[in-house]
Amino acid sequence: MDELQLADIIKPENKVYGKSKIMTDTPMHYCYGCSHGVVHKLIAEVIEEMNIQEDTIGIAPVGCSVMMYYYLDIDWLQAPHGRAPAVATGYKRTNPKKYVFTYQGDGDLAAIGTAETMHAVNRGENIVMIFINNAIYGMTGGQMAPTTMIGQSTSTSPHGRDVEVNGYPLKITELIAQLPGSAYVTRQSVHTPATVRKCKKAIRKAFENSAKNIGTSFIEVVSTCNSGWKLDPVESNKWMEENMFPFYPLGDIKDSVHDDVEKYSVQKNKK
Amino acid sequence: MGDLRLMKGNEVIAEAAIRCGCDGYFGYPITPQSEVMETLMLRRPWEETGMVVLQAESEVASINMMFGGASSGKKVMTSSSSPGISLMTEGISYMAGAELPGVIVNVQRGGPGLGTIQPSQADYFQATKGGGHGDYRLIVLAPNSVQEMNDFVDLGFELSFKYRNPALILTDGVIGQMMEKVELSEFKPRLTDKQIEEKYGEWIASGKKPDRERHIKTSLEMVSEVQEKNNERFQAKYRAMEKDEVRFEAIQCDDAEYVIVAYGVSSRISQKAVVLLREQGIKAGLLRPITLFPFPTQKINQLTDKAKGFLSVEMSSGQMIEDVKLAVNGKTKVEHFGRMGGVIATPGEVVDAVKQKLIGG
Repeated sequence: MDELQLADIIKPENKVYGKSKIMTDTPMHYCYGCSHGVVHKLIAEVIEEMNIQEDTIGIAPVGCSVMMYYYLDIDWLQAPHGRAPAVATGYKRTNPKKYVFTYQGDGDLAAIGTAETMHAVNRGENIVMIFINNAIYGMTGGQMAPTTMIGQSTSTSPHGRDVEVNGYPLKITELIAQLPGSAYVTRQSVHTPATVRKCKKAIRKAFENSAKNIGTSFIEVVSTCNSGWKLDPVESNKWMEENMFPFYPLGDIKDSVHDDVEKYSVQKNKK
Repeated sequence: MGDLRLMKGNEVIAEAAIRCGCDGYFGYPITPQSEVMETLMLRRPWEETGMVVLQAESEVASINMMFGGASSGKKVMTSSSSPGISLMTEGISYMAGAELPGVIVNVQRGGPGLGTIQPSQADYFQATKGGGHGDYRLIVLAPNSVQEMNDFVDLGFELSFKYRNPALILTDGVIGQMMEKVELSEFKPRLTDKQIEEKYGEWIASGKKPDRERHIKTSLEMVSEVQEKNNERFQAKYRAMEKDEVRFEAIQCDDAEYVIVAYGVSSRISQKAVVLLREQGIKAGLLRPITLFPFPTQKINQLTDKAKGFLSVEMSSGQMIEDVKLAVNGKTKVEHFGRMGGVIATPGEVVDAVKQKLIGG
């Protein structure tokens, strides 16, 4: 029997996996072990599978993913720090048929942009918000974030986050779920093949929701930052599982549409 | 005759926005300009033209909503008053950096800080020297009547799309609050998405098409040499504005020995002062900058041939005077007269200032 040649193997019918056409060939600037690349890939795959490249607008934040527009072949807006939900609102309101998503880190979404985050969701903007929570400021070199764990050491909490000084880590995703404007709120991760598949399903659902005009879909991805955490990628995954998951438990938090407007409406106070 | 009305300046801003085919207004209440959004909400333009009107959670959010809409080539605007404009300067800088059009209205009140809700012209530096961080300029239009409040909304959009740069209508609490006769503009339909694509397709983020590279609306550039090129491109736009977009009104300047330079409400007061001075045999004139950036530098310089002195009349401690001095370039005397804190000068005070500071001094 003849030996198998490469050309015999590389055939469409044998293909089980490929890089999404939405991903560009630009080498990523992310560190080894960083979660960003995986989440980018999942978003790209969802856009390709839903065939919405021409109708999707990404809003990049300030932070490590500020240059996300290098990696996904769609049109992009790059927002001021924390303002992505407001930028997304302006785009979506004036272009209601587009799929608009924000992609933000914990400093961007849960510190400087808290007001924009809460109010965009409270208005029920029909957008997708993807929230990368790695409990640290990555881009600026590992400073304490609103989501930094108690006792976690960072460059601005070198002796560990002290509750007396800095308060508790902010569970903004739980707050988001309290708002009537949110339709789907979930917390995912991408550190194992199984969690990657689950996260992709969540992203797909969120994008499908935005065409239904039922409110904001919000996905937190508990993520690693091995450079900021000063751990190698494998240790980072372990540290995340042991330290972050108990406080930031994975799973859907909300999947329902608010329908009690009548109940809470008051009589007109003025003719 | 067109559509004649008696209206407040702020109400006219709202009406002009609807009539010029504006796609979206994003705002936050602040005195003395809240009538802009109130008028829009009452008018419900979303039913009439499809224009979006949204009350944001802050001025920070409104300007960023503008960033979003402008990125798709839509005509978007906001209005506020001084403290609110300070909050917007971050977003305005980002819009200038990303080369996005849009109209911002500042109905000035006194400062610093919360200052006063009474009218002022103390935001001249902020308006004309950039305002936020980085090397940028806004196209700054200064209406001095309710009619110009109507006219400059459309003009602001025209210029801001021409240069792909935000335009600022710098007005004040008097012009915003006072009622005057105004001839409203004819209705212009909003552009359809197809028309927007045809006009602005080469730069807008309207969804990646198969036949073009992706469009990225950002102010970020990590390569210094490329960012320097960006800065040079911005500067070239500002120089082009200085060449082609200077607008001013010269009243009795031809033989003027004493020239008052004033914009907005101060120009209305100064116009009366010129009449009073002429009655007393003093050859006074008024040079009213309509664009504060670009500033009518050349025109003011020409007036130095005959003028013995210039008086910059502003409701501030003296900000525009610096540009007047640069234009006069040491050839003759330049003085300032202004009231602060929301106090409105009278024509008599301006007459006295001309006599004391220019003639007597």
